[in-house]
Amino acid sequence: MLEARQLACMRGDRLLFSEIDLHLEAGGLLHVRGPNGSGKSSLLRMLCGLILPEAGDITWQGQNIRKNEDYFRSLTYLGHQNGIKEELSAIENLRITCGLAGFDIDERTAFDALERIGLEGREALPAKVLSQGQRRRVMLARLLVAETPLWILDEPLVALDTDAIGFMRSLFELHLEKGGMMILTTHQELEIAALTTREIRFNS
Amino acid sequence: MNTLTWVLKRDMLLAMRRKSDVLTTLFFFVIMTSLFPLGVGPEPQLLKAMGPGVVWVAALLASMLSLGRLFAADHADGTLEQMLLAPESLALIVLGKTLVHWIASGLPLVLIAPFLGLQFGMNGDALWVLVASLLLGTPVLSLVGAIGASLTLGLRGGGILVSLLVLPLYIPVLIFGAGAVDASTSGLGAQGHLSILGALLVLALLATPMASAAALRISLE
Repeated sequence: MLEARQLACMRGDRLLFSEIDLHLEAGGLLHVRGPNGSGKSSLLRMLCGLILPEAGDITWQGQNIRKNEDYFRSLTYLGHQNGIKEELSAIENLRITCGLAGFDIDERTAFDALERIGLEGREALPAKVLSQGQRRRVMLARLLVAETPLWILDEPLVALDTDAIGFMRSLFELHLEKGGMMILTTHQELEIAALTTREIRFNS
Repeated sequence: MNTLTWVLKRDMLLAMRRKSDVLTTLFFFVIMTSLFPLGVGPEPQLLKAMGPGVVWVAALLASMLSLGRLFAADHADGTLEQMLLAPESLALIVLGKTLVHWIASGLPLVLIAPFLGLQFGMNGDALWVLVASLLLGTPVLSLVGAIGASLTLGLRGGGILVSLLVLPLYIPVLIFGAGAVDASTSGLGAQGHLSILGALLVLALLATPMASAAALRISLE
């Protein structure tokens, strides 16, 4: 269970948000909404421990997330940037990001995941020859193999076509059905079925 | 495989696919040292006296020049952010990255140094000492430089800033590195200097990865 109390965030000398409380249990979806620059990404990065909160604290299973190895083993964060290397092939990218995240996958598993996400025949190409949407798919393929309960996704659907968006939606629903948790920002209107759906709305 | 193995594998793959990066550092080193004999004239005594210092200063500058590549590309494409979220310690990842960075930018300098030493009229013993001192000293440059590279990550004009931060810290390595070759040519024996370089290397291995990791966390916030 992920819990945050009274979070505040300063960027420079500007207060982006304050007094944010949130609470996410198994099967729960948290939708973070708001206009550009309102602090959605900062909140997500803060929940990943990349930004220290100005005030308040974040706990995972009752333990503070700072230096909490168990938390980072349970978390998959996908940010704005694709986080893939242009010089490496799709398959190398996927295996390496998984390896660094603490779980190894073999070539077969990586191959299957890339095929399922619609990169059939492009697994061995260097990522620099792939289109923007295809690069996004390489990054998202990690969700097919990761067995982490908590997903924090910052605009995961950018650059994807409608088929891929439909595929991702069913993947999200399956994850939530299995008792996973998800925190999501997106500007697309997307209905995701979940046990509990919460929303945080930022104003500019 | 553990995290360290993955980092080593990843960065070695990337280094192999960007060979030009390795070559530019190496050519910089070669050209830089070759300019001195052309500039000051072919006076053998003078060149012999200057040789160790010139080779070492060139190694310092070449190593500093390549520091920008250590984290900048990973920062730009978001892979560094993912490394910060790895469950294993970030210091270990930094150590792995620095090691590969040294293999790609420091080790080639060590290997080519004897040929450059010949330009300055160094003889057999002095050449061996030069190689040994660079072998012990250049990893220290990469390790200490990693702190500067992580502190200046994402800053405008980071390149100049990193040199101002890092070059003063390179001074001990320069003194004992060039000193080792001088001591050997003047017949004093280079053992003392090399031992101190070895000690600096151990110290840097123990202390700098953690400092770089902390600096990276600050830079990425």
